[in-house]
Amino acid sequence: MNSSLERSRKIRTAGIYAFFIIGSVVMIFPFVWMFLTSFKTVEESMIIPPTILPAQWQTGNYADAMESLPFFSLYVNTALMIFWRVVCAVLFSSMAGYAFAKLKFKGKNLLFSLVLIQMMLPSQIFITPQYQMLAKLGLTNSIFALVFPGLVSAFGTFFLRQAYLGIPDEIAEAAYLDGCNQWQTFVKVMAPLTKASMAALAVFTAVFAYGDLMWPLIVNTDINMMTLSSGLATLRGQFSTNFPVMMAGSLLAMVPMVVLYLFFQKQFIEGVAMTGGK
Amino acid sequence: MGNQAAHASRRARSESMWAYLMVAPTVIGLLVLNIYPFFDTIKLSFSKTLPFGLYELQGLDNYLEMFTSAEFWRANLNTIYFCVLTVPLGIFLSLLVAVMLNAKIKGRVAFRAIFFLPMVVAPAAVAMVWKWMFNTEYGIINSLLGHHVNWITDPGIVMVTCAIVAIWSAIGYDAVLLLSGLQNISKSYYEAASLDGATKVQQFFHITLPMVSPTLFVVLIMRLMSSIKVYDLIYMMIEESNPAINNAQSLMYLFYRESFVTGNRGLGSSVVIWTVALIGLVTAVQFWGQKKWVNYEV
Repeated sequence: MNSSLERSRKIRTAGIYAFFIIGSVVMIFPFVWMFLTSFKTVEESMIIPPTILPAQWQTGNYADAMESLPFFSLYVNTALMIFWRVVCAVLFSSMAGYAFAKLKFKGKNLLFSLVLIQMMLPSQIFITPQYQMLAKLGLTNSIFALVFPGLVSAFGTFFLRQAYLGIPDEIAEAAYLDGCNQWQTFVKVMAPLTKASMAALAVFTAVFAYGDLMWPLIVNTDINMMTLSSGLATLRGQFSTNFPVMMAGSLLAMVPMVVLYLFFQKQFIEGVAMTGGK
Repeated sequence: MGNQAAHASRRARSESMWAYLMVAPTVIGLLVLNIYPFFDTIKLSFSKTLPFGLYELQGLDNYLEMFTSAEFWRANLNTIYFCVLTVPLGIFLSLLVAVMLNAKIKGRVAFRAIFFLPMVVAPAAVAMVWKWMFNTEYGIINSLLGHHVNWITDPGIVMVTCAIVAIWSAIGYDAVLLLSGLQNISKSYYEAASLDGATKVQQFFHITLPMVSPTLFVVLIMRLMSSIKVYDLIYMMIEESNPAINNAQSLMYLFYRESFVTGNRGLGSSVVIWTVALIGLVTAVQFWGQKKWVNYEV
């Protein structure tokens, strides 16, 4: 009886491992294939049946990709876009989230409904007028244009308001009695208590800004002002049949975020899980 | 007494002053970036697009043009077909992965990280590698199958191809959300059920599924919304010159092309308004339908 139970548990564990190993292969193989292809010549990539390892590991595809796309600018543009979007989202959402959660003022519900309306509408409904505003001001093809729709974050405001709602009022009250004004209470006492939520919002903002394609494609058409995502779209047009170059370009585009992910895997996943449901 | 009241009112005044200062950036930002553009898009959808970025109000012409356009209805069908292909299967697989990740086994953190990996890779790069693997002549998938399937260019298959990539991309994200729902279920339910002789399968259907249903509902709504808005993946995999474009073009792809390639922003705005209405309708149906299967008891 006991040994049969033991055996069925072992079979189940083996089944779970089999599932995970097959699943992992399916998840990782595309990246392995991208890596291997990026070192092959075009001719080799078209051999049937395909070779697994490159006959000769050659880096010409990387040189080609870097020649047709200014990768250094793309990295800088993408990093600056992410940096400013994260700073704006965390800073402005913390301020507004704190006020909406903890302070009394007239018109609070009305103003908060703006946040809710924005969250309910898909971002595409704002894109055309946002683009036209920038175009009118002559601000397209700039870092500011990339950051523009992310200057404030309704989702971030909602999310950090939830975090502040979870902090007891007594803590703010104690800070006030110690002689802090509202701003000092917020900066020195309350904001540090939402560190985990701020980090989650930062990760969430960064991951989505990095993947965003439509907005950078529309607003920055100068190749030196593109992001990694929109740059790849351009590469796709140039090398429609040269897959090794496209694989090299894709690999160059994904490496920084994947390296960050390898180091901060736990923070990434927990950050996204915390902000989940958006 | 009087002194205290004066003090309290001074405090209330300073509190509301600080509150306005602190919400100001967000409120101004929302008004400029979202509220005004929202009304402007509605206005554009009723306007004729003239050269040099000018518009002229004209009534319902854009909507009439849209509703009589075969391309538009095709885009609706494509979008709905994409949702049908991705949402049920994607959620089922994500739940399966989440349940497996919830088992007490060694290496689960590593497996979780692996399934989550596509989330940190830009969809543009993901689309590139899948496009290569699905290539008809030289792709690894056809080599393994020993068949020449036109994954990217056959109008009957192209949406299935996009759906496979979309499911692969989203599985880890949805599984992580579902996993946090699963971890909230108290172990004592399973212990009691085990003592009563319930099998693992019975436990899944009578404990796990009802208890995780609120999370499942959130994931479902979110996945459905983002599937209706699908754009980047299809844009990267299916170029405008692709013979199968008509069968792969989603509503948001159509919006992008009308507004920013063709330059007909009035018509593009009608498409976006229509899509928002569609999302609203689908979400309303979901909220109505949830009463039948979502369990908020415990």
